[in-house]
Amino acid sequence: MNQPVLAHGEKILNESILYLDGVTVTFDGFRALNNLSILLEHGELRAIIGPNGAGKTTMMDVITGKIRPDQGDVFYHNQTINLATLDESEIAQLGIGRKFQKPTVFEQQSVSDNLYLALKANRGIWAALSFKPSRTQQELVEQVLERIRLIERQNDPAGSLSHGQKQWLEIGMLLVQDAQLLLVDEPAAGMTDAETEQTAELLQEISGTKSVMVVEHDMEFVKALDCRVSVLHEGSVLAEGTHSEVQSNATVIEVYLGR
Amino acid sequence: MQTNSFFNTLLADSGARWFLGCLLALVTLVPVLNGLVSQDSVFHIPTYAVSLMGKYLCFALLALSLDLVWGYCGILSLGHGAFFALGGYAFGMHLMREIGERGVYGHPVLPDFMVFLNWENLPWYWWGFDSFIFSILMVLLIPGLLALVFGWFAFRSRVTGVYLSIITQALTYALMLAFFLNELGFGGNNGLTDFKDVLGIELQADSTRRGLFIISALALAGGFVLCRWLLKTHYGKVLLAVRDAESRSRFLGYRTANYKLFAFVVAAMLAGLAGALYVPQVGIINPGEFSPLNSIEIVIWVAVGGRGTLYGAALGAIVVNLAKTWFTGAMPELWLFVLGGMFVVVTVLLPRGIVGIQFYRDKLFQHRLKTPLKPSGSESSS
Repeated sequence: MNQPVLAHGEKILNESILYLDGVTVTFDGFRALNNLSILLEHGELRAIIGPNGAGKTTMMDVITGKIRPDQGDVFYHNQTINLATLDESEIAQLGIGRKFQKPTVFEQQSVSDNLYLALKANRGIWAALSFKPSRTQQELVEQVLERIRLIERQNDPAGSLSHGQKQWLEIGMLLVQDAQLLLVDEPAAGMTDAETEQTAELLQEISGTKSVMVVEHDMEFVKALDCRVSVLHEGSVLAEGTHSEVQSNATVIEVYLGR
Repeated sequence: MQTNSFFNTLLADSGARWFLGCLLALVTLVPVLNGLVSQDSVFHIPTYAVSLMGKYLCFALLALSLDLVWGYCGILSLGHGAFFALGGYAFGMHLMREIGERGVYGHPVLPDFMVFLNWENLPWYWWGFDSFIFSILMVLLIPGLLALVFGWFAFRSRVTGVYLSIITQALTYALMLAFFLNELGFGGNNGLTDFKDVLGIELQADSTRRGLFIISALALAGGFVLCRWLLKTHYGKVLLAVRDAESRSRFLGYRTANYKLFAFVVAAMLAGLAGALYVPQVGIINPGEFSPLNSIEIVIWVAVGGRGTLYGAALGAIVVNLAKTWFTGAMPELWLFVLGGMFVVVTVLLPRGIVGIQFYRDKLFQHRLKTPLKPSGSESSS
């Protein structure tokens, strides 16, 4: 197996929540991901930055099974499972949750129904026909509604929420889903400064017990996350380090920050 | 207790209350006005009208079943008539076997058309249809099985939208061509007809006609309650989620193909039941029922009545067919233009169909209110 070019030691490979190993994805000759290797530890919060077309969303698509990689493996949970062989719903059932760049909630259904749809439970049809939320599940949904500040709006259709509220609802859906790995695409888009700050705090709180990967453009937000940053460029990792390390890296400045 | 609360919420919806109330009224009034009121009275309902209404109720059940998949799951089936026709054929086969020796050729086992074709034995796929119970099972299982196999391939391959509509249309067209063949053993062009009785009861009798009418109304009410229950469960919420954002539902871990497949099979079975009730009331089933035009008409019923409400679909089926009965009698050459016109008017002006009347009134009223208050304000009203 090829050793990835990473700052982590060999030992840590077996203690990873997520390990992309030499992933390549090509669209009509365009290499969206080019031998990408990246490793996420249990409980880690990681920010992914990079210019448009660097492959950030494609990477999310590969992890969640929307796109099959041409080459390479996507290992989950201490390298025990190869996600590259599974489909979207199997991957989601393993505990990988995704928040999309454009908030996608079920607009016609109420805020609380959105949470119940995401709630961790048996996804089979027969189970769904007889599903009745338990006391604990109701409490969990209520807690999350409180936490994402939508308790007052719980019976309103999700389509009536503001952009920022939809973002929070999606994060809430990840919380009730009890995802072990959260992939969060541009959570701060369309939020006020205060909301952005609260979102950063919330993500920090979540990490530790869960692993979180955040794709973001807003450098202020990345700074507020105060975590390891990976810079993607042309489908592979250009640099990795703390926010200030990355910001002072000469190559990074050239391709991304300094533009 | 759970069922109790389900019925409470069901009856809390005014549309559902009206719908079930009207059905109840029909079930009690029509048989009385037909059977007990003297023929000279203005209140008397002639038997042909009872059967006509029974036929409309079958169409209403068919429309309801289409609404389950189209209105709540986004599957626009342009071949839904195929399931209706298959259910009709399955029950028609039973009625053929019931004729026995009373056929023109007097053969104890073979239906007339088989004797005519010089067939010696009953084909294997006609076995068992002498049993009423077996036939009723087939009425549900044959359309259900076809929907299961067809849907399994279509939904697994993630065929959606207009492509799915086209292949459902192709399905019903292929079945129509197949059923036209004499060699297939379903009576070819003429289909199945000349039915005499069911369970030993004469089909032409007034009381049988009333009975079939009542059963049709009960089947419609039962189908309505079943669909309402399905949609109220967590399954129903997932179904709506799949309709509105299928890909998103997959990322939540739902196998969306299975969820669609289940609704599709239930809808096909309800359509089959509607077909089975339709056949004894009209007295014939032929391959014309598979015609793509019929399936398109069902879509128009649902659109006219109002998609995604269930009772709207049933109402649409009744209204459009009342119009059809009148126009094809009074000015037959105009009917197809009227049908097309209805569809255009509903699509452009009444996107929520007839049952959306409250919505349009509110919108109009809101608009009037807004205009004097905010003369330069934007038009958009949510």
